[in-house]
Amino acid sequence: MAEGAGGVRRRDFIEIAAVSAAGVGGLAVLVPLISQMAPSKDVLAESSTEIDISAIQPGQAIKAVFRKQPVFVRNLTPQEIAEADAVSVSSLRDPQSLEERTKEGHTNILVTMGVCTHLGCVPLGAAEGENRGEFGGYFCPCHGSHYDTAGRIRKGPAPANLLVPEYEFSSDTTIVIG
Amino acid sequence: MSFPWARQYQPKAPLMRYLDEKLPLPRFVYNAVGAGYPVPRNLNYMWNFGVLAGFALMVQIITGVVLAMHYSANALVAFESVEHIMRDVNWGWMLRYAHANGASFFFLVIYIHIFRGLFYSSYKAPREMIWLIGVVIFLLTMATAFMGYVLPWGQMSYWGAKVITGLFSAIPLVGEPLQIWLLGGFAPDNAALNRFYSLHFLLPFVILGTVILHIWALHIPGSSNPTGVEVKSESDTVPFHPYYTAKDGFGLGVFLLLYTAFVFFMPNALGHADNYIPANPLSTPAHIVPEWYFWPFYAILRAFTFDFILPAKLWGVLAMFSAILVWFFLPWLDRSPVRSGHYRPLFRKFFWFGLIPTMAVLFWCGGAPAEEPYVMLSQIATAYYFLHFLVILPLVSAIERPEALPYSITEAVLGEDKKAVLGENTTPAT
Repeated sequence: MAEGAGGVRRRDFIEIAAVSAAGVGGLAVLVPLISQMAPSKDVLAESSTEIDISAIQPGQAIKAVFRKQPVFVRNLTPQEIAEADAVSVSSLRDPQSLEERTKEGHTNILVTMGVCTHLGCVPLGAAEGENRGEFGGYFCPCHGSHYDTAGRIRKGPAPANLLVPEYEFSSDTTIVIG
Repeated sequence: MSFPWARQYQPKAPLMRYLDEKLPLPRFVYNAVGAGYPVPRNLNYMWNFGVLAGFALMVQIITGVVLAMHYSANALVAFESVEHIMRDVNWGWMLRYAHANGASFFFLVIYIHIFRGLFYSSYKAPREMIWLIGVVIFLLTMATAFMGYVLPWGQMSYWGAKVITGLFSAIPLVGEPLQIWLLGGFAPDNAALNRFYSLHFLLPFVILGTVILHIWALHIPGSSNPTGVEVKSESDTVPFHPYYTAKDGFGLGVFLLLYTAFVFFMPNALGHADNYIPANPLSTPAHIVPEWYFWPFYAILRAFTFDFILPAKLWGVLAMFSAILVWFFLPWLDRSPVRSGHYRPLFRKFFWFGLIPTMAVLFWCGGAPAEEPYVMLSQIATAYYFLHFLVILPLVSAIERPEALPYSITEAVLGEDKKAVLGENTTPAT
């Protein structure tokens, strides 16, 4: 093989090809190593929950479990609905009306994740006698976030409203989350 | 690497001579922490805390490895296996209390070690690398302590895991998927517990490795000292052994008195009663706080309650991490050529009346509920904290007029140094 000044030798090509192949191969090994940390199939399989809501009286709420996290289902009283509707939506940190957060024909049923959008604590207010915060909805004791009767963030460090999960009414008294 | 007058290792026994030829490990120890390492003669008790931190790390590794022989990292039985250690395993209660309180004392010692470095400006050239490695060790230790606290799978373990991994969800765009990836699920569960256990076992050995780098980097310029004046001649130093092995030994005795008093007489004083309740994903404890050693940073996290361009949550997370990351820049923020706070009148005032009270307030607020007046106090203290490092330190080092430094360490100790009078190359008559 001739070695021209500045020319590419056969040996250079072999070296670059070998190191590149080893590099790509090495990087490919990272994929399973990183991916193994993502949720496994059995965790993903627990992705829907059916809840019977017939026993929830106006003013009451229940806690259910969806993806190992609490879900709050609240039957709002007319007064709570009026309170939520009285707020000017544009003044909110995360502007949403109660109507957008509930299903048509069921504006009194508020389904939210029981997971504070700040750092993931479970807010108080679903069970009888718990502190419901300054706006009568939920109150997160960890860092003091106050949610209103529509589960919207009103005061404190949380950036967003309590998440409304994807759900459907399978009948008038049952909902399916997920 | 060391001073020219450092003593040389001279093995006498034939076996030691043989070993010195084939694998000079005794020589290495002799030069690192034996008579072969010359150390300034004027170190005060603040210089005990490096050795104490090393001791605390070894206590954690030894008790930890032993506890791992009895613990089960499965969400179904983790809590019971800890109770099994407490009630059934021979000496299990002592080993677990030694490990749990060992973590607290490890942090106590590290905090004093860090504040020693801050007051005497140990981070300044030529010792920047030691400081930078030290900050890395501190970060690794925090991660290890956090993951260890999750393992008993009590209420505080569970909600601590949830809140701390929740910090990552504040990152725009990738935050949410990142948190799910870190946990291996949508909430802490078996996957999270197992990986935390694996890493909690691994990281102490990584810390041990970085500690070796920390000491290696220290041995190049040699130890700093309370005057901040560099070593000039042999009369400024004494061999590490027996002088500082003895002084550190005394400090270790005092440390052990305090530590064992906690282990045997008030083993749960630094813990939270809620962690003796099994983890319940549906109910958060009313007052959720981390272990005391995270309080100042937790207070900074909670100090941001208002949106300003970025959401409050992201500000809190950024500020909390920045509170430690700012230490990486310290060697270049403090430009004063004088190291020791003893000779810096202005720096000293801001240290004792600015930084120390601020840290005390942050400690106090981090452990308090998220209510007024704690929130406002945390906000003021957080503002001062960053102001101190980013504005006050550079300004002070620019305008301050330091007090006169002694000629040498020897002069600082004896009141005179013949070489200071007679010149560098003169040998004193004594």
